[in-house]
Amino acid sequence: MQANEIYERIKSKFEDAIVEFKADAIVEPYLEVKADRVKDVCEFLRDDPELAFDYLMCLSGVDYGNGTLGVVYHIYSMKHGHRFVLKVKVPIDNPVVQSVESIWKSANWHEREAYDMFGIIFEGHPDLRRILMPYDWPEGSYPLRKDFQVPEFYNGMKVPY
Amino acid sequence: MATFEITTRSVKGDLKTDTMILNMGPQHPSTHGVLRLELVVDGEVIVDVIPHIGYLHRCFEKHAEQMTNYQQVIPYVDRMDYVAAMGNELAYVLAVEKLLGIEVPERVQYIRVIMAELQRIASHLLAIGTYGLDLGAFTPFLWCFREREKILDLFEITCGARLLYNYIWVGGVSHDLPSEFGKKLKDFLKTFPKALKEINDLLTFNKIFIDRTANVGVLPADVAINYGCSGPMLRGSGVKFDLRKNEPYLVYDRFEFDIPVGEGKMGTVGDCWDRYYVRVREMEESLKIIEQAWEQLPPGDVHSAIPKKVRPPQGEVYFRTENPRGEIGFYIISDGHSASPFRVKARAPSFVNLSVLPEISRGYMIADLVAILGSVDIVLGEVDR
Amino acid sequence: MPEILNVLIASVIPLLFILVYAVVILWVEIKVASHVQDRLGYMYTGGFHGWAQPIADLLKLLTKEHITPERSDKILFTLAPILVFASSYAAYAALPFTSTFIAANLNIGIFYIVAITSFVVIGILMAGWSSNNKYSLLGAMRSVAQIVSYEIPTVLSILTVIVAVGTLNLQEICEIQKGGLFSWNIFKYPPFMLITFLIYFTASLAEVNRTPFDIPEAESELVAGYHTEYTGMKFAMFYLAEYANMFLVSGIAAILFFGGWSSPFGEFLAGPGWGVFWFVSKGLFFVFLQIMLRWTLPRLRVDQLMYVSWKVLTPISFVNLMVVGLWAILK
Repeated sequence: MQANEIYERIKSKFEDAIVEFKADAIVEPYLEVKADRVKDVCEFLRDDPELAFDYLMCLSGVDYGNGTLGVVYHIYSMKHGHRFVLKVKVPIDNPVVQSVESIWKSANWHEREAYDMFGIIFEGHPDLRRILMPYDWPEGSYPLRKDFQVPEFYNGMKVPY
Repeated sequence: MATFEITTRSVKGDLKTDTMILNMGPQHPSTHGVLRLELVVDGEVIVDVIPHIGYLHRCFEKHAEQMTNYQQVIPYVDRMDYVAAMGNELAYVLAVEKLLGIEVPERVQYIRVIMAELQRIASHLLAIGTYGLDLGAFTPFLWCFREREKILDLFEITCGARLLYNYIWVGGVSHDLPSEFGKKLKDFLKTFPKALKEINDLLTFNKIFIDRTANVGVLPADVAINYGCSGPMLRGSGVKFDLRKNEPYLVYDRFEFDIPVGEGKMGTVGDCWDRYYVRVREMEESLKIIEQAWEQLPPGDVHSAIPKKVRPPQGEVYFRTENPRGEIGFYIISDGHSASPFRVKARAPSFVNLSVLPEISRGYMIADLVAILGSVDIVLGEVDR
Repeated sequence: MPEILNVLIASVIPLLFILVYAVVILWVEIKVASHVQDRLGYMYTGGFHGWAQPIADLLKLLTKEHITPERSDKILFTLAPILVFASSYAAYAALPFTSTFIAANLNIGIFYIVAITSFVVIGILMAGWSSNNKYSLLGAMRSVAQIVSYEIPTVLSILTVIVAVGTLNLQEICEIQKGGLFSWNIFKYPPFMLITFLIYFTASLAEVNRTPFDIPEAESELVAGYHTEYTGMKFAMFYLAEYANMFLVSGIAAILFFGGWSSPFGEFLAGPGWGVFWFVSKGLFFVFLQIMLRWTLPRLRVDQLMYVSWKVLTPISFVNLMVVGLWAILK
């Protein structure tokens, strides 16, 4: 199934959840949905027999630099062999996105990574804690955000030594 | 940090047994690097596994954003999966090329296929060698290294490096194949099947080895897909999915080869032995591909398509290829005006494959955990990036 | 006075033997391993194929610092390696090196050896417990379970031999097999003695923690098992005990099944001097076999190890014992 057909199918079910569908984006078209509806949409994407997106290829956190954070879902269907890109954007001061961990287990670590690097809070994640950064990394400091400043000291050690 | 409910059961009268927490790693002989596993064990039986990763985190994604241009990211990509560096370069370069929309000459594509497949053999050799080591068999490890050495020699005469190559560039490759490459490659193609048979005789079909790996760490196909497993992990569970066939890139659609899948020959489909044997058979398939690619290799200039400036239009791409460990993907966002990527996210196969470890190792023994971890075949450089 | 001198000589000779043998076998083990693995191994120290490397290793171990973990049980921690080595050294007392030399010619020689070597278990358990390390403890637990369960098939197969020869005295067992190759026990009651030997050899591999039964020190699982925390000479003691044990079980195999010090050619090349040669070379042959096995096979899992002992070796050796016993009575 092509991306616009998939979009039509989602639109018929979740008209209110859709923010934007960009069909002419380079390299792939993508669909942006609301952050508090993403779980429903994903559940539909997985369970609908025509779509059957059973494989989450990648889940990436993004900082767009203008006060918005985003989560990008690249999904794939093993059954039908088609793929789709889903996006969510949230403001940086309240970065709450629904977790899709219960739909695709592979999201578990990806979401933890996005939380670790961007501070995106995934609502409903069973074990949301830092994954790559040390556990004693300062609260509220997310290294992949565009406004991240390298701290002067880390555990009493001067950083730019 | 996670806390655990300690299961307590009384044995007889006042005697009580508790579970014990055993810290495996970050310094441990068989965690393949600096992985730390927090094991909750009841005697020797595993109740739960909590992986702690990040000890080898080298800020790859942050580095990629800070580089002055796209090409400078390639050496960093090398250092992710450092035993299959060619595959990483390939995935990253193909992603950038797709974003740029450039076509590369046929010769370059063939060279890339040959290199990627050689790298796959080298990587799988390391995987099965260390797997034998995990189970207490020393000798196959060194036999595998002997064969791997020949591949590294081939890389060395081509680009000068043996481990981290910086060979595949955006739009081409750094050096054309040297004149003696063909002869050495043919030598390798001729001797390798014999060496593989030796390794099979010594390890693969050894009774003790089969006893240790069959019916251990069974990963059902639906769980594998749900957890996003890829590569030999997924195929070991009987799912016939290989990006080289299902989403062909480069010139892979011109070659004839099979996709080996786990058949449960020695136990259940998706056990450690299946995952191991998929790797062994994949090496044979890679040999076939290399043979065909070498025969079809067209002449040409490998530098002709290399762009002077890599400045992709505003957009984003997710490109994935089949690395020895599974699906490696790069999600690259370009802002359209700067020469460095706005965001690079690497979807590392080991990272995703490792997340299934707790699921498949509960209820087995500590010795089995080592076998399961070995069959997942992680490279910590890639897990932690 | 000569009495004391005799005792002194009798006790020093096995010790010297163990030390010299350990150095040689360390070198052999490394060399065999390297050639099996298609490489060269030691090549420089001392000149010819690195023959001095084990001596250098030993000197290094001797000069190393003794690290005792702070929270360990210090007395047991120090005592454990001594006990482990002492028990295998003590067993050498009843080993007849030749027709004229045996440190203690006991009439219950083999029984004594079986009894004294089981002290190893206590030493290992002490090491594992006192290290205050979970890996050590797991290794010690595995080791004790393994040695205790493999003692049964070992003893049963030894018993089978005793039933056939009718004595516990190792010197007498050798005497009985004196008449050349075909009077060796291995060829008696065909094929039951051969089966007995195979059981004994398999079980003895487990007794000395060698591959495929090296589970207690499985380095890929338990780092180094019960001797994880040991350094320097204490660590070397465990090693020495392991190598001493390897020769001990091989020597017993040679005595029980292959005529001990007796020549395979009857009266030809026989005599006390040749006796030492035959005994040591037979023993070393089995040590060599153990080394070859180590570099060929992977390692079993704990439960599979127990399975082999209780469900395979023990029943077979029981049947074997009964058949040989019946045969001996009827004869």
